[in-house]
Amino acid sequence: MAKRMMIHAAVLALAGLVGTVLAEAGGDAFPLGLPPVPVPADNPQTPEKVSLGSKLFHDKRFSGDGTIACANCHADDKAFTDGPLKTSQGIGKQAGTRNAPTVVNAAYFTSMFWDGRAASLEDQSQHPFLNPIEMGLPSHEPILKIVREDPAYAQAFKKVFGKSGKDITMEEVKKAIASFERIVVSGDSPFDKWYFGHDANALSEPAKRGFEVFLGQGRCVSCHVIEQNQAIFTDNRFHNIGVGINRIQPEVPKLASEFLKAKQAGASVDKTVLTDPKTSELGRFAVTARFDEVGAFKTSTLRNVAVTGPYMHDGSLKTLKDVVKHYNQGGKSEGDPSINEYLSGGIRPLNLTEQQMDDLVVFMEALTSPAYFGANTKASAQQ
Amino acid sequence: MSKLITRRSVMAAGAVGAVGTLTTLPISMVRLAFGGTRDDFTFTYISDAHIQQIKGASFVRNWDQGLKRAVAEANLMTPESDFVMFGGDLAQLGKREELDHGGEILSRLKGKLYCVMGEHDYYFDLGEYWSKLYGPHYYSFDHKGVHFVVLNSILTSDEWTFRRWPSAEQRMLEMAGLDNPNGSPFMVGDKQRAWLKQDLAKVSTDTPLVVFSHSPLQKIYKGWNFWTDDAEDVQALLAPYKSANVVYGHVHQIQYNQIGNIAFNSVMSTAWPWPYPQSYAQADSHIPVLTVPMNRADPFFERDATGWQLIDVGSGRVAARYQLWDNEPRTVAFDQKLGRPVDLAYQEPTRRKVPQTHY
Repeated sequence: MAKRMMIHAAVLALAGLVGTVLAEAGGDAFPLGLPPVPVPADNPQTPEKVSLGSKLFHDKRFSGDGTIACANCHADDKAFTDGPLKTSQGIGKQAGTRNAPTVVNAAYFTSMFWDGRAASLEDQSQHPFLNPIEMGLPSHEPILKIVREDPAYAQAFKKVFGKSGKDITMEEVKKAIASFERIVVSGDSPFDKWYFGHDANALSEPAKRGFEVFLGQGRCVSCHVIEQNQAIFTDNRFHNIGVGINRIQPEVPKLASEFLKAKQAGASVDKTVLTDPKTSELGRFAVTARFDEVGAFKTSTLRNVAVTGPYMHDGSLKTLKDVVKHYNQGGKSEGDPSINEYLSGGIRPLNLTEQQMDDLVVFMEALTSPAYFGANTKASAQQ
Repeated sequence: MSKLITRRSVMAAGAVGAVGTLTTLPISMVRLAFGGTRDDFTFTYISDAHIQQIKGASFVRNWDQGLKRAVAEANLMTPESDFVMFGGDLAQLGKREELDHGGEILSRLKGKLYCVMGEHDYYFDLGEYWSKLYGPHYYSFDHKGVHFVVLNSILTSDEWTFRRWPSAEQRMLEMAGLDNPNGSPFMVGDKQRAWLKQDLAKVSTDTPLVVFSHSPLQKIYKGWNFWTDDAEDVQALLAPYKSANVVYGHVHQIQYNQIGNIAFNSVMSTAWPWPYPQSYAQADSHIPVLTVPMNRADPFFERDATGWQLIDVGSGRVAARYQLWDNEPRTVAFDQKLGRPVDLAYQEPTRRKVPQTHY
């Protein structure tokens, strides 16, 4: 059977995902501008596994009140986010503390969540089920009951993993979900066509000027990385860029100390950071307890950024222009009392002109892949 | 990484280890085994802030940010460290405005603050304003059975200090320059050595001794004044002490050495690394011009190769836990078996440089 992977529109029901290209075993086109998707040795991709993962991803039954699936916060028609929500909504319309990152190209991250507390896509997938603010299940048992007993699931698990009944565990569920997420990759944006595809007309003049700012005075490329033959626009590192934390600076020492006491007493990082908005601002510090990482969050990819607003870990920046202004002021937005003391050494005032800032925004808009043109239309200024 | 997460979450409680055990935990209380009835304890060391006035109320943002960050992070320590040392060079050109601006940032520190004089604090007004803020230029105190001495080790000859230069500003600029043929080597000087001798006369040789100094109290590299001209004479005064430790600033890098019974540990600067690459001295960085640049990674992150430290005192010896921004923490601790400081995280046996035993 040909190893060529195809997405079944019927199974996935993803309008617009048809354009996503998947690698053939013979090494044909993965999307222009992207590297090969890293796939762990113990979880190889197969079409059936991907389909199973998609089914799990879209299943609302895996939540406390039967209303929330992964796809609620990571919606197919919104480039796998939930714009215009600043922070996501879980069961019972509860508001969380953080903005849902896109699943598109998440396969290239080396850690998951804004604070990197999950080491892989597999690991990440298990946590929202149990978070009281998100899907609010008391344990994974309800999920396992369904996948073991629902005939369609039982058949799929048997086919994909050769397992049935009690042998189906969360390991298989996590692997399937991760496997699906590994095909949610997308390149071939106007930028890719211009930069890697050498199509001189693919990018507008303002976007080309914006690219110069991105590489130079804007200082963007050092964290939003572009390499010679691919660009994932993230360094997979954590930086405090002064979002959110600026407004609670006097409270940080107390928050840090109380958080660590609670963590030592067994409190879950996952639960704590999503339920308390102030503790959420501790960022990577909540995971590593390193002074150096107070208020640090993972560098997001900029692919499809124009359609995945609002921006930052707390969704506090509404437009890309707001984002650029925040950086231009050296890590500070309107209403912030001052820059914070834990600010990354890479952030400093940029002294960009209005024109440079607008060009930078136009450049970022050119990072949208064709599959996602027009997604999340409220936040985007699409071509 | 998960192992580190568990270990590092010990902030409220202490984790017991002996000096010399393999640990690079930045904030866990590495309580070092201390023989006898004395306490082991930790103090904070922040140094070389180089607060620099541009004009009026405008100061170099980069150096301000480094000091602010060190102070903020030091204040996160739970439990609080016993006291804070500031290792010298608070100001860049010794101006009141710089000492005041730096002093305002330091005033946010919890706990008692002791200060060491640096040459950048001294050569404008010979420490007059500094004394108003921080007291005597050299002094000693005792804490939990350890005798601490603070020396002003950045003095130089009377001729250079009082007669060579037409103005205080000029004198300060000459001393602030690097690779400057007009410069002059640092020393502790006769008067202070006499004071030290008399101060130590009251301290038994069994008492652990920790000496704070801005210059290294060794002779390392004269061109950058990593140098104390009367190092041997000062060392001779410390030599009788079973556990003598010197902690010094000025060099903006990790250094350590052992001469007889005396262990030497340097501290980092919060402002800029040393040596630094040519790119630092390009356009408008306010950093002094360096004639011997060194290659290192592009300093996009301006806090790279700067930092602050926690100093643990245990068994009469010092362990320096370096809090290095944009980097892995490093610990240089005294190895009782080897009888000298050892870099716990970094030194591979095959690449180890044996410490110099004579300068």
